[in-house]
Amino acid sequence: MSVITVPPATPRERSLPPGRYGISGLLRSEWTKLRTVRSTLWSFATVIVLGIGLGALATAETRAHWASMGLGDRLSFDATRTSLIGVFFAQLVIGVLGVLVVTSEYGTGTIRATFSAAPRRPLVLAAKTAVFAAVSLVISEVVAFISYFLGQALLSAPATNTSLGSPGALRAVVGSGLYLCVLGLIALGLGVLIRHTAGAIGAFVGVLLVLPLIISALPSSIANDLQRFLPANIGSSIVSLHPGSHNFAPWTGFAVLAVYAVVLLVVGGILLVRRDA
Amino acid sequence: MIEARGLTKRYGDKVAVEQLSFTVRPGVVTGFLGPNGSGKSTTMRMIMGLDVPNAGSATINGRSFHDLNWPLHEVGALLEAKAIHPGRSARAHLQMLAETNHLPLRRIDEVLELVGLTEVADRRAGKFSLGMGQRLGIAAALLGDPGVLLFDEPVNGLDPDGIRWVRNLLKGLAREGRTVFVSSHLMSEMALTADQVVVIGRGRLITETSIDELTASSSQRYVSVRSPEVGKLREALEQQGAAVALEDDGSLSVRGMDAASIGEIAGRLSVFLHELAPHAASLEEAFMELTEDSIEYRGESALSATDGGAQ
Repeated sequence: MSVITVPPATPRERSLPPGRYGISGLLRSEWTKLRTVRSTLWSFATVIVLGIGLGALATAETRAHWASMGLGDRLSFDATRTSLIGVFFAQLVIGVLGVLVVTSEYGTGTIRATFSAAPRRPLVLAAKTAVFAAVSLVISEVVAFISYFLGQALLSAPATNTSLGSPGALRAVVGSGLYLCVLGLIALGLGVLIRHTAGAIGAFVGVLLVLPLIISALPSSIANDLQRFLPANIGSSIVSLHPGSHNFAPWTGFAVLAVYAVVLLVVGGILLVRRDA
Repeated sequence: MIEARGLTKRYGDKVAVEQLSFTVRPGVVTGFLGPNGSGKSTTMRMIMGLDVPNAGSATINGRSFHDLNWPLHEVGALLEAKAIHPGRSARAHLQMLAETNHLPLRRIDEVLELVGLTEVADRRAGKFSLGMGQRLGIAAALLGDPGVLLFDEPVNGLDPDGIRWVRNLLKGLAREGRTVFVSSHLMSEMALTADQVVVIGRGRLITETSIDELTASSSQRYVSVRSPEVGKLREALEQQGAAVALEDDGSLSVRGMDAASIGEIAGRLSVFLHELAPHAASLEEAFMELTEDSIEYRGESALSATDGGAQ
């Protein structure tokens, strides 16, 4: 019986750089990930086109029918909200994108490559969240401001329009960009929790569109108390000059929305550590 | 150096890996063998910190994967083919990995060149063949020039040229003093590539040894004998304690006796021999024998299968 003699191990000379991998490298990595897939570019393009286009369509339509509108309609017309109406369509796209930023990594196995390079998962999630938040905030604000100015320009006299100096107008414009961004983060959090694209998008759409239907079917005494907590109602309150009586005040609503995002991301981060990748 | 100590992983009631301990040393290629479903991939994922063990631990150069300062500099792993977004190019995939560990971007071109993907580096990876996906995975593993490398079934989907290339690559990496741990169900391939083996079955360690020892200790070694008087010879050999089987082609397979003794017995009996051929056990045979009891998913003709340990 011949016994193989294992050649002596020659330890390789290794000189590792000082310090440790951290957030700066991860931020760069997440930025590379975001910009190197076409679905991101298409989704953001859709957010811009839908957001601006539908606002323009709504305001142009109003201007065209202004003459035939009743006095009551003219008085209650919210020029700010109408110009920002595209936000409520763009929110679905930004939600899908927020979900995909996470679930596409699980679906393709990229997540395991990522965690093999950077095993501190909460740090990876923080970098991913920060990059997505920054990019979606910039795009959302650009969409909000362009929608607003374009919409007000289209609402030429005799239609009533507003300027940024009008009470609540600046809040509505800035707030609608923030609203879109935070919704994207809620979607990202759902992606971390659910990990499957279809499931997470389903949950997001469910919260945004289906939950309001369920709540409105409840007795109005209960529904009135619950509705204000719905993301869609919060969004409506932020975008309108005069939030409805059953809604939170704009910034209160925004704070509630931000709490949703933080809770989802923190729970997601905890599960990310506990679960197998 | 990779050390597993008492690694245990359960999925619900099912035990995937149980009390698994072994050491993978630098400077040699260590094969990781086991039937399908025996826990090889789970073990590798636990070493890489992707799956959390229920008990036990795995260390790389004495440290848990989670505690490594620069993971890509210290460990590289190919755990699954095509673990890449289909819409992303090979270069972008490597770039996003390189950036996490502050690796210079020129290193991307080096590894692309090394695995032969330079020309398709900017093409979307969704269009890659399985073999190209494997090469990209190998490029990712080598990105940080790590001293410890894990490869899970690296030759899957590769053509013969590619297989030879991987074999030489693994041997070369080991020669440079790196720790190379490679799983495969292709025993013939492991026989050519690995020096050491860790064999598992049903998530438990069966043996940790060298390839040579594994084949030498197998009872599958036998001597093939042909003779015009097989009946007479067989009787004599069995009287001397050999285990003799008559094969379909009329030859005898003799176990438990070496060729010289068989020749001498034949001489004393004045029986002509037309063939006296010792057969060493192949790694495959040795492996089949070791894992016979621990095969999870057995096909009807599993034991006569000739295409490796996997059914």
